[in-house]
This record gives sequence, structure tokens and C-alpha cells, in this order.
Amino acid sequence: MNDYEMMINAYKDAGGDDIFADSEVAHLVLERDKILGMHAVEGLEVEADKISEDTVKVKVLVKAGYQIKNPVHMCFGVLPKEGRQKIDMNVEVQKNAKVEVVADCVFPNAVKVEHIMDAVINIDDGGNYIYKEHHFHGDNGGVEVIAKSDINVEANGKLVTKFDLLEGRVGKIDFDYKANIAEHGTVEMLARISGQKNDLIKIREAAHLNGESARGILDSKIALKDQAEAEIYNELTADAAEAMGHVDCTEIIKDQAIARAIPIVDVRHPEAKVTHEAAIGSVDSTQLQTLMSRGLDEEEASDVIIQGLLND
Amino acid sequence: MSKLLEVKNLHLKIEDTEILKGIEFSLEKGEVFALIGPNGCGKSTLAYTLMGINKYHPQKGEMYFKGEKINDLKITERAKKGITLAWQEPARYQGVTVREFLALGLKSKGEEVTEEKLRDALNKVAINPYQYLNRFVDKSLSGGERKRIELASLILMHPELIILDEPDSGVDVVALNNIAEMINYFKESGSGILLITHSEEMLKYADQAALVCEGEIIRQGNPADISEYFKSFCYPCAKEEECETEVAS
Repeated sequence: MNDYEMMINAYKDAGGDDIFADSEVAHLVLERDKILGMHAVEGLEVEADKISEDTVKVKVLVKAGYQIKNPVHMCFGVLPKEGRQKIDMNVEVQKNAKVEVVADCVFPNAVKVEHIMDAVINIDDGGNYIYKEHHFHGDNGGVEVIAKSDINVEANGKLVTKFDLLEGRVGKIDFDYKANIAEHGTVEMLARISGQKNDLIKIREAAHLNGESARGILDSKIALKDQAEAEIYNELTADAAEAMGHVDCTEIIKDQAIARAIPIVDVRHPEAKVTHEAAIGSVDSTQLQTLMSRGLDEEEASDVIIQGLLND
Repeated sequence: MSKLLEVKNLHLKIEDTEILKGIEFSLEKGEVFALIGPNGCGKSTLAYTLMGINKYHPQKGEMYFKGEKINDLKITERAKKGITLAWQEPARYQGVTVREFLALGLKSKGEEVTEEKLRDALNKVAINPYQYLNRFVDKSLSGGERKRIELASLILMHPELIILDEPDSGVDVVALNNIAEMINYFKESGSGILLITHSEEMLKYADQAALVCEGEIIRQGNPADISEYFKSFCYPCAKEEECETEVAS
């Protein structure tokens, strides 16, 4: 079996759809610094170049006015037990263009693996970019993910990011996302992560609603058990009229897990409004006992509640 | 033959407050037994104690289900034996759909989950399955809708003993009629129902009734008589004057 087949198999094992043979679906497949597959469609340019050992530079361009019909699939990963993958990603969504990217990051055998993503994302006037990232790290806890994004959303533009890591071990995650939003622009950053054993989750998200009527939502749902730890810093600032945003962080902890939520809300215009909610605690006892009164044992009931929270 | 539920001399104290003081009653299969009383008299506490909810463990007295003492059984064990509770304030679940919630009771009994069963249960509680099965059981549903969905989950479980804690609170007239229909449905299906309420209107659906005051059953018997007594002496509370709290007939 060649590298491409192994990568696609790992992707499918992690729940990915078999779309790589479909000529109407754009895709990019990277295993460490190896570019295993790449396909673009009309209106979309995808370029990938190895620029140094373990590092690939990726450029995605959606041309003005194009609405890409099918989600673009990206498959990144490291197949051996040890390795490093660094991706320098540059995304440009031009005026009134629209694209959805589904990225699956697979590290099924990782014992000592580093995955570093350094992204610059520019969304022009009226552009729309949806980025869904699904991670599968295997059961060893040997993955370290370091992701950094600088995001710029111009007037009437929209960015949605959805990150989930719900099966297997997390290992270490360290996110640092910063977004600037112009007038009537929107940003939504959602994260759903389930941590266990000695997993460590650190998320720093900052969205600055600089333009009039800009909108922002930062929403993190984290479930932790064993000795897992999470620190979530959500910062939302609003300094223009009618700018509105909401920060929501919910963390459920069990066993000896530790969770911290640090919401920062900064409003500098009398007609702007930002709200926040943060809740950290164990599984709600009324929810738990209602399910137990339906015949579920405590562990089963707890799983239903936590999975529900993470699927929300 | 053993009664479906038998409660003997039940006492419960939480911290230093004695909430249940020697509660005694019994309930047969296919019977509706109503417990009525003003807010704060211990009715919901009794419901939680019977279900085995954490922190509601009686210090004295016995609870028997079909002749078996259940004092030491956990919630799940009681549920698996056929006891369940419909809460006064049904819980909300982020990210759990009505479909998933309804399926839980079936799965725990090892029964097959089919669309037909789920739709049928929702139709019985006057909820349109096509509009609701994929909705989340969260704050987007009203309290009345959640109550009806909870009743639908009980239909699927067909438990032998159903504790309905204030099923009429916070619901509109339409939902109230539906709840009355459900009480009859459960009764005709052979389930025993412990109906907990503070509204004498609900007593017309009961076969037996008891009046609870400050953690004690002070009167027990025909629902019409209990209703009359409740209306005459409990609204407003007339304990200082005519009330016969010492006499349980």
C-alpha cells in the first residue's frame, strides 16, 4: 500500500467521506511534508509546495464571485509514530466568493508527533468562508497541535470555524486565533473537545468587532475527565456602533480534571454590546438522575449528557 | 397478592429538617393514587424518595415494590424494576434530540428503536413527530412541550409504576387535557400512578387520594371528599382554626 492509500484509509477510519475520486470535489492530501494529492475546481486555486524539511506552504484562493458548490476536502496527517508536520496556510476568499473547507487531521499511530498550523486568512467584501476541522489523534496521547491564525474579515464578510476532537486522546492542543471584523462582517468560532488522562487543552481566541454592526460568537464546549486540563481564553472586543457579540464557554469536568475559563469582554462604544456566559462544573444532577430514572446507569447517563453538549 | 407500591411509616430528614413524618399508603396496579397538598408540604420530596434520588434516603420506614423492599436500591435499579418519575421541571439537554431522548428508555430495556414507535408515542401526547423528532430537548422547547415529551418517553418505557410530580404545573389548557388523557392511558395499560399535585382539579382522575400537610398524610380516602376538604380548609390554610390535622381518616 502506498502513502496515499494509507493516508486515505486513515482518513476513512476517522470517519471521513470517500470523495477523493470525485472530480467535482476539490481536495488536498498531505502526509507530513509529502503532497500526496491535490485537485482544484473552477473558481478555486489550490497550491502546495514543500518549502523546507517537514514544512509545506499551502495557498487557497477562491476567485471573486465564485460560490464553490461542494466542500473542499483537506486531509492532513502524520502516519508514523513520530514526526512533524508544519503547514503555512494562506487563504484568500475574494469579493462575494463562498467556500466551505472540511479538514480532517489524522494521527492514528502518534506517539510523538507535532502538527503545526500557521494560517493567514483574508476574506474580502461579502466573502464567506466556512472551515470545519475534525481531528483524530489515536489513543496514545502523543500529538501536539499548535495552531495559529490571523484572520481578517472585510465588510459583509463571514467566517465560521468549527473544530472538533471528540474521539481518542487529545495529547496537547494550543490554539491562538485572532480575528478582525469590519462593518457588517461576522465571525463564529466554535470548538468541541473531549479530553482525558493527562491531555492538555489551551485555547486563546480573540475577535475584534471593529466595524459597525459587526457580529462575533466565540463558543467553546469542553468535556474533561481523569487528569485532563483545559484553559480557555475568549476575548471579544467591540468598538463600533451596533457591534454585537457573545462569548460562551461550557466545561464539564469529572474525576481530577481541571478547567479554567477566562472570558474577556471589552466594549468601547455605547451602542455596542457583548455578552458572555461561562459555566464549569460536573454533569447536572437533574439531567443525570432523569436519565437514570429511565434505566441508564450513571456512566451511560453521563455519556449521553456530555456527548449532547459536545454535539451542540 | 403484593401491592404494587407500599409505603410504611416513612421518615426523611434533610440536615436538621424533618420533611416526611411517617408517611403510609399503598397503591395497586392500574390505580391512580393522588397526593395533594400545598406547596412545600413534602410531596416532591416523597417522589424523590420513592425514586431513590441522591440525598433523599429515608432514615426510617420501608418502601416495597411488588413486595420487594426497595429502600437500598439505586435509581437505575428501581427504574429497571419498573419505577420511573416524571419531574415537575423536566430537564433540558443541550445537543440531545427528541429522537435520541425517546430512544433512551427503549434502549435501556433492550427493545428495538423504530421510527414508528417514536412517532406513535409523540402522537399520543399531541406532539407532531415530523416537527419535533429532530429538535433538541433544550431551552428552545417550552416547559409544556418538555412535559409532553417526557410523557412520550414514559409511553415507550411502559413502566409499572409512574410517579407524576405536578404534571399540571406550568402547562396550558390544551396540554392539561392531554395530560389527563395520558393518565387514563397509563391506567388502562395497567400502570399504577402516583399523582402528585397541589390542584384539587387533578383529583378527578384519581381512584384514591390523600392530603399531605407538613410532611404527614392527614386525610386519606375518596378523591371527592379529599378535594372538598382541601378546598374548604387548605385555601387559605385554616390550620389554626377548623383544620383536623390530628385526625387521619
